[in-house]
Amino acid sequence: MHQLYLTVGPTRYRLVSAWQRPLDQLAALYQNYPVSQDGYADFTVRLEPEKPWRRYIRPSVHISGDFWLPDAAPLPLDQSLLAAEMGMNLQMALGWRRHLLLHASSVEKDGKVLLMTGLSGSGKSTLSAMLAEKGWRFMGDEFALLDPDTGMVHSFPRLISLKNEAIAAMRAIVPENRFGPLMKGTPKGDIRHVIPPQNAVNRMADTAKPALLLFPRFGHDPALRDMGKSEIFVRLTQASTNYVALGETGFRALTHFVDTVPTKAMDYQSGDQAEDLIDSLWSELP
Amino acid sequence: MMRDAQSLVDALRDPVTVLSLDGAGWTDLISIARAESLIGSLAHRLANITVPEQVRPILKDAIQATDLARQQALWEADCARRALASLNCKVVLMKGTAYVAGDLDAGIGRSIGDLDIMAAQDSLPAVEEALLDAGWEWVKPDPYDDQYYREHMHELPPLIHRERDRMIDVHHTTLPLTAKPTPNPQAMLDAAVKLDSGLYVMSPADMLLHSVAHLFADGDLAGGLRNLWDIDRLVRQFSGADEEFWTELGVRARLHQLEPHLARAIRLAARLYDTPVDKYRGGHTRFADYLYIRRLLARDGWGRESRKFIRQAFYIRSHWLRMPPLMLARHLWTKWRKG
Repeated sequence: MHQLYLTVGPTRYRLVSAWQRPLDQLAALYQNYPVSQDGYADFTVRLEPEKPWRRYIRPSVHISGDFWLPDAAPLPLDQSLLAAEMGMNLQMALGWRRHLLLHASSVEKDGKVLLMTGLSGSGKSTLSAMLAEKGWRFMGDEFALLDPDTGMVHSFPRLISLKNEAIAAMRAIVPENRFGPLMKGTPKGDIRHVIPPQNAVNRMADTAKPALLLFPRFGHDPALRDMGKSEIFVRLTQASTNYVALGETGFRALTHFVDTVPTKAMDYQSGDQAEDLIDSLWSELP
Repeated sequence: MMRDAQSLVDALRDPVTVLSLDGAGWTDLISIARAESLIGSLAHRLANITVPEQVRPILKDAIQATDLARQQALWEADCARRALASLNCKVVLMKGTAYVAGDLDAGIGRSIGDLDIMAAQDSLPAVEEALLDAGWEWVKPDPYDDQYYREHMHELPPLIHRERDRMIDVHHTTLPLTAKPTPNPQAMLDAAVKLDSGLYVMSPADMLLHSVAHLFADGDLAGGLRNLWDIDRLVRQFSGADEEFWTELGVRARLHQLEPHLARAIRLAARLYDTPVDKYRGGHTRFADYLYIRRLLARDGWGRESRKFIRQAFYIRSHWLRMPPLMLARHLWTKWRKG
């Protein structure tokens, strides 16, 4: 078994794998992240063959670790980088308790955070990656970490995971050397990882105050709509992986968030439209 | 990387042993403790130890997680109490929920999953109906499984609450009906202790014996380190509070046909956790004890199950203990055909 330690935001991982390859790929993509060599980790992620002989024959990667799901489907070895990322996300989703986790992307400007949440395909990840190339600080495309005591958002800038059409769209504005390998035909379609801009990594310990929450929806005429607080609250409980696990702490953090952070539903058909809508909202913020 | 779970056992038995761990040693210990569902117990045990700053938040998380598990377990028990209140039958809490409801040391930091309760066999149809009325549903609609449970098991087929998504196991005795020892469920119910809530927990001796039965006869030693930790905590608390405890325990062990099981559990607990057993004659260490210890510690520093062969041997043995050979063959055949 091979080992690799990684640090993303406040979280330290130990990855152990039956194969060297996914760890080499991760080490290359995370090479500019802070290095920890003291052996400590919050979570262990394991990549192992589903059955002993599947290490060599049609190798298939079973994802497990300190926290795991009984019915996680194995992935072929050429998608082992995706398996590692899924394993790391799984530890956060099931095991992290220091923040309320929102399944949302986040970017920061002027010390204020824009969060975007929504179903898969809403474009929240792509929009955050795009804004990160246009003067915003990228804080994460998967989880926004909300501190229940301070109400601040912590950065979790793991690799940006681009799917399908978003790959070509980002390829137009991000140089090739920041891209990971293309993984075709994964359970989530084609996937390619992008290394976040270096300032997102350098500043990954800097927290910021949430200032705007959007529920983007791709493919409709550009529009902004108000949403009722109870609808926002319920949708955020669904977007949180640990709302229930945090008990009363989660409830307090989320009600405070909904009470204080302006929120809109946003429809858009292109990145430029979304950027215009976001700029107009941003300029009106207090 | 650590090759077995000895570091976890050491830390639980004698918390200062963690002071010699380096960073990788801590990471191994945490993975092992999580895999054995003992991270909450460990976190509480280390409350007075100065641990590295990297480890402190991990232990704090574990304490908070098990605090919430305790609250949810008590709430779930109260839901069952309300559902069954009109039946006027004794409802006895078992395992983790009993430990926290009785405010016992064994409940400190314990992870708790399903709600386990015990009721008299003749009240089971009414209990079943009342739970179905109150929103619980069958988990296994398979007729073979259902019939198997009803004919051969010590509990109803598991039920799950449709809104809260929590399981309840309703027992009428403590071991499968096919297993060799036959504990006396009526004696357990008669001796049960009433809590302020109106729910019951088993008497100290019975509670310990149920924990022993659960460790050996009802499983393949999966989660064994946790079960044995329960036993250690129960023994320390009960024997410290009552001089007659060991005598009573001997009497009840004979009644429930669990004397050899108790003796082995006490030997293993003393060996791994230094459980004080000076007033109990558990007999000399047997060769088989060595196999049990090998099996109990079969977890490596990455949190993986290790020692595949001995694990498999205990797994097969667990089925052997539960069923006579012909029945086992028929059962495995049916399960295999159904895939």
